[in-house]
Amino acid sequence: MELFKNTNYDFLGKKWPFIIASVVLSVAGLTSIALKGGLKYGIDFKEGTLIQVKFANPPQDNKIRAAMLEKVKGEVSVQDLSGNGVVNTVEIATEAKGQGESTMNANQNIMRAVLTDTFGQPGAGKLDLNNTGEDELFNRLRDPLARAGVAMNDEQLKTLVHNILGEINTHHSGLIANFTDLSSVPGMNSGIMNTLRQECYLAPFHVVSAQMVGPKVGAKLRQKALFATLYALAGMLVYIAFRFEWIYGLGAVIACFHDTLITVGLFSLFGKEISMTVIAALLTLVGYSMNDTIVIFDRIRENLKFSRKESLEAVMNRAVNQTLSRTIMTSGLTFLTVIALFIWGGPVLNGFSFALVCGIIVGTYSSVFVASPIVLFWHNYADSRRKPTPKPPTVSGPAAPRVETARKNPTKAVR
Amino acid sequence: MQKNLKTRTVIILVTILLCVVRIVGLPTSKTELVDHLKNSIRLGLDLKGGSHLVMEVQVQDAVKGDAQQTSERLQDAAAKQGIVWNSAEVSDPQSVDDAGNVTLTIKGVNPGKAADFRNLVNTEAPTYILTALNSTDYSLKLKPSDLIDLKKLAVQGAIDTISNRINDMGVAETSVQQYGQSGADYQILIELPGVDDLAHAKELIGTTAVLQITGVDKQHDTPFTSREDALAKLGGILPLNETLYKMKPRVRGQGDEWYLVDKLPVIKGSDIRSARAGQGDTGRTWQTSFTLSQEGGRRFARFTGDHVGDKLAVILDNDIVSVATINERIEDSGRIMGLGSEEEASDLARYLRSGSLPARVTTAFENSVGPSLGADSIHQGIVSGIAGLIAVITVMLIYYKRSGVNAVLALALNTVILLAAIAYFHAALTLPGIAGVILTIGMAVDSNVLIFERIREELRTGKGVFAAVDTGFNKAWWTIVDTHVTTIVSCAFLFLFGEGPVRGFAVTLTIGLFANVFTAVFVSRTIFNWEILGRRGTEALSI
Repeated sequence: MELFKNTNYDFLGKKWPFIIASVVLSVAGLTSIALKGGLKYGIDFKEGTLIQVKFANPPQDNKIRAAMLEKVKGEVSVQDLSGNGVVNTVEIATEAKGQGESTMNANQNIMRAVLTDTFGQPGAGKLDLNNTGEDELFNRLRDPLARAGVAMNDEQLKTLVHNILGEINTHHSGLIANFTDLSSVPGMNSGIMNTLRQECYLAPFHVVSAQMVGPKVGAKLRQKALFATLYALAGMLVYIAFRFEWIYGLGAVIACFHDTLITVGLFSLFGKEISMTVIAALLTLVGYSMNDTIVIFDRIRENLKFSRKESLEAVMNRAVNQTLSRTIMTSGLTFLTVIALFIWGGPVLNGFSFALVCGIIVGTYSSVFVASPIVLFWHNYADSRRKPTPKPPTVSGPAAPRVETARKNPTKAVR
Repeated sequence: MQKNLKTRTVIILVTILLCVVRIVGLPTSKTELVDHLKNSIRLGLDLKGGSHLVMEVQVQDAVKGDAQQTSERLQDAAAKQGIVWNSAEVSDPQSVDDAGNVTLTIKGVNPGKAADFRNLVNTEAPTYILTALNSTDYSLKLKPSDLIDLKKLAVQGAIDTISNRINDMGVAETSVQQYGQSGADYQILIELPGVDDLAHAKELIGTTAVLQITGVDKQHDTPFTSREDALAKLGGILPLNETLYKMKPRVRGQGDEWYLVDKLPVIKGSDIRSARAGQGDTGRTWQTSFTLSQEGGRRFARFTGDHVGDKLAVILDNDIVSVATINERIEDSGRIMGLGSEEEASDLARYLRSGSLPARVTTAFENSVGPSLGADSIHQGIVSGIAGLIAVITVMLIYYKRSGVNAVLALALNTVILLAAIAYFHAALTLPGIAGVILTIGMAVDSNVLIFERIREELRTGKGVFAAVDTGFNKAWWTIVDTHVTTIVSCAFLFLFGEGPVRGFAVTLTIGLFANVFTAVFVSRTIFNWEILGRRGTEALSI
């Protein structure tokens, strides 16, 4: 099966609509960023304290926010994270304006305490099984089990505790609603179950992750992200300038920069957050877009060796057509894997896969409609400056029919 | 050509075997297979659950401490020479950036003794620069190079102490290291995989743990209920060389207990050689026993011998943890009794063993992921990986027919080599790392597509099968190199500037790309050669 045999589309001839589309998208992205007051920072870059909490029932954002505001210093935001296979989970964050690191630290403990007070059983003296660790559970159960007459040495208890928490974490995403959910744990019996019910309770929430980013570290991470991107682009410019002419390098880098700009703009338009993994995705897509561009440039270079007579535009067109099958196939296949990540990859990788989904589409078309035209424009411009159109020489003598010779200059545009 | 082919095949088979053995060992049962798999691939913090802390060492504390010690040293030495001054004050730094501004100001030196004073400073405080403010007042500041050294030492000391305390906790694969550039940053990165009780861990890390054992005032050895109460009973002013400390509250609802103690401790943390936690004499109590250094032991023996019947207070940072009566002269060991719980006794023993931190540490960054999130993420990663794989394999088979099988085999080998390399380098697999594996699948086929399209082109120009395959591989080679190099350059910068999870991604993708060059070129070619072997050159190639 072959889809793109011997095609002959005039890609470079039809470049203008795409260039306009690029400009429109870039402007839209930039406007969105400007209007929304900058980029929306995600987990690694957002200063302040953040906890992600999963609830047994759909959480009431307002109630949570009100409870938090009473005790926490500063603004509190509650964001629903449902979607992408995640249910009943919210992200509670406190803003960082002017807070010192010690306040941010204190805030995390305050937030957990507020959750326990509002939704849990603060005074009962029981251990919250949905928010505990192996050591705590071990220490808690040891004596009561002995008193209940359940024969168990320390080793066995450790294994039991490990299995109980393993069951909760792996099969119930960290939150169980009934003690009966634990009946399948190896080694469980009625004596243990009774002791569990006696010593523990099940809070209707589970703290999934917690984060505190102080101002110094936050600033450092943002700086690192920026540097990584700039250095990577510079590195590639050097490599390509070395393998091809410098203008090709510049064209490729501008194309990559354009891809990054549009992708970041799309993030802003769709209100998605930028985290360190998103930066990783952006850099990957820079590398990937380079790939595409290089394949086409390679072909152009190869073709140029054999065709002195054709215009650069025609050579470029032919190169793109020749590599079309490969480009579509590769982009298509990588796109398939990335779409799979986007749909099934879960919430943590959502930003990452979104960046790649947009990036692959934009990256592919930028190799044809941004990188190549830049090289084309430059060569046309350079040539028109270098050689003004020469007048055909006059021949003295009997008037001979003059034949206009076709322009043999291979770099001048035909149009 | 035949021999060459055999050698190539052997190389490939041996590689497969090595990789598979590295990943799953030689399992004798299904459970063993799963176990080996789990053990050979190390999971990153974001998948296993655990915490990732960045602590900032408040180096200005160490600088201030050094200035204070220098002030005392100067005072002692000056007294012997008959030089006195009115006041000596050390400035109070507010933050890490202030460290360089710490100044010791000495006022009221007799102008006649100026020369002697200068000599004294040169001998006793050689690391300080002396500046005269006027005829009687001077300021001292640390020399820049000494300042840098002191700060570096403080950070290194903090790293060592925290490492000791954490290793003591018995958590596997923890790591404590300098964060950022040494000398410019004063931050420590601490990784605590699988730690459930982060609050306890943070307490262990963050407690400065300055230990003092000091005598309780003989006339007022019963506790006061508050600072005000104490001042009232003492006539409004604290006795010289004595100060008030509060007992650590242990029972809820009990009132505060304040004690009047000597400012100068008998025993300091540095005098303690080792410590151990244990159960008290009477069942429900806990104690920490310690042994002293020789010098400390002598001092302690002298003090306890002179003060039988008096009380001693054990103070950790700002709280009294225990008050005890001296029953007899104690030589070189002791017990701190009446501690609240086993955890408190163990922690105290840890602090005594590891020593106190050279300066306070504060949390600058914290990221904790519970194990439930990791389990979900792995599951999602595997599902999307399989989905992507199936999609890619299907398309390759349909589009390239039997050569598609070639590509699929190369892809399978690529993934196997990638996993084996991750296991071999003991690299941590993070969630972005899983994404990297999935991305490698997509990019791996790129190389195959490149080669196959080239072969198709060559076949179209009428070349024979063998020649077409040959030319296809040759022409595609440099393009493959170019495309891999650019992505690897990206990964290199990601690795340099990234942390934890992102580094995992960079490493995984790079290994995948290197493996890809091997499988897409060497392995694919070998498979093609096998296929073409024995053909007459006119039979069409299924591509």
